Amino acid sequence: MTFLEYAPAPESTSILSLRDDYSLFIGGEWVAGGGERFASISPSTEQQIATFSSADEGDVDAAVRAARTAFRETWGPMSGRDRGKYLFRIARILQERARELAVAESLDNGKPIRETRDADVPLVAQWFFHCAGWADKLDWVGLGANPQPHGVAAQVIPWNFPLLMLSWKVAPALAAGNTVVLKPAETTPLTAMLFAEICEQAGLPAGVVNLVTGAGETGAALVRHPDVDKVAFTGSTAVGREIAKALAGTEKKLTLELGGKGANIVFDDAPLDQAIEGIVDGIFFNQGQVCCAGSRLLVQESIHDEVMDRLKERMSTLRVGDPLDKNTDVGAINSSEQLERITRLVATGIAEGGEAWSPACELPKEGYWFVPTVVTGVEASSTIAREEIFGPVLSVLTFRTPDEAIAKANNSPYGLSAGVWTDKGSRALAVADKLRAGVVWTNTFNKFDPTSPFGGYKESGYGREGGRQGMQAYLKAGK
Amino acid sequence: MSVTTSSQALAPAERAVQLLGGDLSEVALRRHLEGLPTVDAVGLEARAAKFGTRSIKTTSKAAALDLVIRMIDLTTLQGSDTRGKVRSLVAKALVPDASDPSTPRPAAVCVYGDMVGNAVAALGSAWSAGKDDGINVAAVATAFPSGRASITVKLQDTRDAVAAGADEIDMVIDRGAFLEGNYGKVFDEIVQTKDACRRDDGTYAHLKVILETGELVTYDNVRRASWLSILAGGDFIKTSTGKVQPAATLPVTTLMLQVVRDWERLTGERIGVKPAGGISTSKDAIKYLIAVAETCGEAWLDPHLFRFGASSLLNDVLLQRQKLTTGRYSGPDYVTID
Repeated sequence: MTFLEYAPAPESTSILSLRDDYSLFIGGEWVAGGGERFASISPSTEQQIATFSSADEGDVDAAVRAARTAFRETWGPMSGRDRGKYLFRIARILQERARELAVAESLDNGKPIRETRDADVPLVAQWFFHCAGWADKLDWVGLGANPQPHGVAAQVIPWNFPLLMLSWKVAPALAAGNTVVLKPAETTPLTAMLFAEICEQAGLPAGVVNLVTGAGETGAALVRHPDVDKVAFTGSTAVGREIAKALAGTEKKLTLELGGKGANIVFDDAPLDQAIEGIVDGIFFNQGQVCCAGSRLLVQESIHDEVMDRLKERMSTLRVGDPLDKNTDVGAINSSEQLERITRLVATGIAEGGEAWSPACELPKEGYWFVPTVVTGVEASSTIAREEIFGPVLSVLTFRTPDEAIAKANNSPYGLSAGVWTDKGSRALAVADKLRAGVVWTNTFNKFDPTSPFGGYKESGYGREGGRQGMQAYLKAGK
Repeated sequence: MSVTTSSQALAPAERAVQLLGGDLSEVALRRHLEGLPTVDAVGLEARAAKFGTRSIKTTSKAAALDLVIRMIDLTTLQGSDTRGKVRSLVAKALVPDASDPSTPRPAAVCVYGDMVGNAVAALGSAWSAGKDDGINVAAVATAFPSGRASITVKLQDTRDAVAAGADEIDMVIDRGAFLEGNYGKVFDEIVQTKDACRRDDGTYAHLKVILETGELVTYDNVRRASWLSILAGGDFIKTSTGKVQPAATLPVTTLMLQVVRDWERLTGERIGVKPAGGISTSKDAIKYLIAVAETCGEAWLDPHLFRFGASSLLNDVLLQRQKLTTGRYSGPDYVTID
């Protein structure tokens, strides 16, 4: 064995005490759902982790009613200061149980423990701490004195960052005084169940947080429920469009955080070694299953070959495999459907003239795997330069001038994120200013912070999460 | 101003002329160095921190610990060094751990120039004398650590150490000249020192160029100084004298590894890297090995291409090694002090 192979360093799962079956969490009680039960499997082994309840319309109605009651009787009338105390308590428990949550998240989602341990779970705690601080300071959120919560928030989150997306939704909603009914994704409900246990541990009043598991129908029933005041959705553009249609003409407030096809622009004066790292972080973080991934690399033509050589060399050091091994950089794809989609889109990219390259690497026999791939020779009109792949696949395009870079970066139905790599500050600012994307990172990529608003332009959705703007999404202007 | 070089060391100078497009003037040298890729400090430090999150266990750890020992330049560089102190250091190099004869030996002992003769004598038949096996004697020279002396003195310092048997010369660059932007002077001194490393039989002592990165301060400076040192014929680039804080850091070493990787890509030549000062635990040393492997590749995991300048590191590695064998941690009295 060579040194670089590193001996296996698997994280122990003995810290977990999971149940075999999970129910719905409604009004502070665990209740069986009316729908069919379903199982969540570990994407890296295809082994079943636990079974979960599907919430039918009746269960969704019960959850919304529980949230309404809690809003009216306990959470709504409570002072911001007291709400803050609960949120701080939850944040501290999240930190105390960080390792357990990291292991559970890695197991259920397939993402490497390095990422759940060093990125997801610490950010989740940060989000609760940040929002907890807002709970008694809502007068300063920018909506005038004494802004009011909407009431019951219906929240539907995706499978790529199950716990992090939960925190982005639940923390600001509760801080603002709303109560919530949240539906986690069908393939990754596990950490939401652990979060329900944390709510119990924190003594959160019954009904403030309600969790309904299930597939798309459960989510549809939730967002359509007539007694919901606010809907927040993160997921695909197609589903987002359906929700927007369903809510049109109602009083319900809506924020959508949808797909993306982020442009990562590398100028010839970029700090090259760091740009390579940024490209890698931009597209291979969480196996590329990131809506703001830098999936379209726009590299200045004069340095294209050098950047590709360096990138391929760097990709050869990425370690793909068991997500629970502490040395794994790239884990499993979340589901067989997603793997199929990635495979199909890459085949299309090659058929349209792109040239795919992947490092030599042995994949586990079981589970869903896709080797990190870079596709060069992609043109603006290629399918894989337009469509979101949501996998570890980088499409590489070139440009010659800053104007061309900006034009190509903006030439997308999406507008969630972009990156600019240059050593010249004036250029970084000038280019960032012209990019139509909700987040523009300079000389870095995929950095998240609870104080920074996140959201999209165009088909990437509307509304912002994080920062003051994220709090505003859960409040009505004060009088 | 054109850079003057002595005839014996034409090889690096000629190569530099070639790389600079036929013009080895101060202006051309400056343009070349300023044209190197820049460094984003935040990104570099984030990358270095990531190396520290690798988990090196069991067989990997055992291999790493032995490799670390083989890469150590066991060092004493005190004004108070005596013949007895050097003898004691050499004895430790010869038998690092009396309780385990399978323990490898460090690459070299590193001493002041006037102690070279003593080190050679103490090593006896274990002295490599320029061969591949055995223990090398490395000497700091060129008015180490400040480098503040006339070039005549610096070169004589080097020649004396080589004449006394030094296999490796650790020279310091003129940081003052570098910070003034006088790159030609720095280049020239390295070329001349390399020339002074020449032995009577035509072979050369290995030249390690100490950048003293703590005084260069910015990462861009470190990249330029690294490149300049290699251009002028240095066989190794070394972070620090150990007398200035900060000494070796993982980001600085990572950057220097990126430079030697780029140099190999350009010329096919492999240059060594030596972090020195402040690396005292096995845990830290292993992070450096990871940086080496993931930046330059495993070919660099070799004492010919990577060294640790250290004095207290060896004992910590020995304790870790004993722990792997016995399953228990022992105390500091289970390794020797020298």
